[in-house]
Amino acid sequence: MNLTNYLVLASLLFTIGALTVLVRRNAIIVFMGVELMLNAANLVFVTFARIHGDLTGQVVAFFVMVVAAAEVVVGLAIIVAIYRTRRSASVDDVNLLRS
Amino acid sequence: MNGILAAAGVLTDLAETGRTSTGEEVLFWFLAPVMVLAALGLVFARRAVYAAMSIAVVMVSLAVLYVAQEAPFLGIVQVIVYTGAVMMLFLFVLMLVGVDSADSFTDALAGQRWIAALLGIGLGAVLISVVLTARGMQPIGLAADNAEANPVGVARIIFGDYVFTLEVVGILLVTAAVGAIVLTHRQRLVRRVGQKERADARVAGGGSLTPLPAPGVYARSNAMDVAALGADGRPLEQSVSRVLRVRGQERSIAEVHAQIGDVPATTPAITGEEQVR
Repeated sequence: MNLTNYLVLASLLFTIGALTVLVRRNAIIVFMGVELMLNAANLVFVTFARIHGDLTGQVVAFFVMVVAAAEVVVGLAIIVAIYRTRRSASVDDVNLLRS
Repeated sequence: MNGILAAAGVLTDLAETGRTSTGEEVLFWFLAPVMVLAALGLVFARRAVYAAMSIAVVMVSLAVLYVAQEAPFLGIVQVIVYTGAVMMLFLFVLMLVGVDSADSFTDALAGQRWIAALLGIGLGAVLISVVLTARGMQPIGLAADNAEANPVGVARIIFGDYVFTLEVVGILLVTAAVGAIVLTHRQRLVRRVGQKERADARVAGGGSLTPLPAPGVYARSNAMDVAALGADGRPLEQSVSRVLRVRGQERSIAEVHAQIGDVPATTPAITGEEQVR
């Protein structure tokens, strides 16, 4: 099996994540789409670490995981804060700046 | 921990120095469709909890793929951080923010959904075509780097070349934790109403300080709906539950009197008007 298969799988997952961000309206599901994209990027890092025989790819994937964890904490806190004031988790309802 | 690493080692043996073995091929072709289907569940699931479950499936499968790809440390970190912490956080917030609120499927902009789907498919096509141009790569494999166990090799790089990045990431984590606390913190606008404030308000408001009288207990009737008699023999209105009074289900003393009307004449009937001895 060619290792390109992993890269194709990662591309598919990234595409589905991006599609989720574009199509879904629930802010939490949109956020899960972002997580899926980060995971797909991690799979590419791990695969290339193996292709090039260099552990640095795995280290970068590790840092991506840490930053993603921090991002989830802040993002979900923002969603909770918005939900408290607007009583909605839909991204369409956050339109205060619309003229 | 040793057991996990040993199990990881078995899976890692699937990949013998960069060449994929049959075992890994079977694993990949089993997991890849599962992952893609679960990821599609994220796009199409009506309920947010189903979406969270399907993304958890993707994350666990990714952990297995990491282990098969000679990254057992990342595989375990993936399980602990993503499925253990991140997905739990997602589920907590889902439960907090209305798990029953169905996603609206009405477009804010006309046709936005179809344009988005088209762009998404285009992005996928571009990515996959770029990846496919890289066919014929000869993987080197990580056998040399993983000679001393994978976590050791990763730790050498993290605490060697990337130690400054690690410290910056530590600051980022602390900042994120403080930021989450600040964002979800609620400033109290009015003074907290505790037990003392409630008691003071009750005394200042006048009225009865004691608990309300219990409804009357009569042998021949269900006493919950009949008022008790006060010291002066009059029925006490507030002894009957407010719910029953609002529904109009309370009964007067006179009705109870009618039911116990055939008692011996020597026994004084309760009329509500007579004096209690």
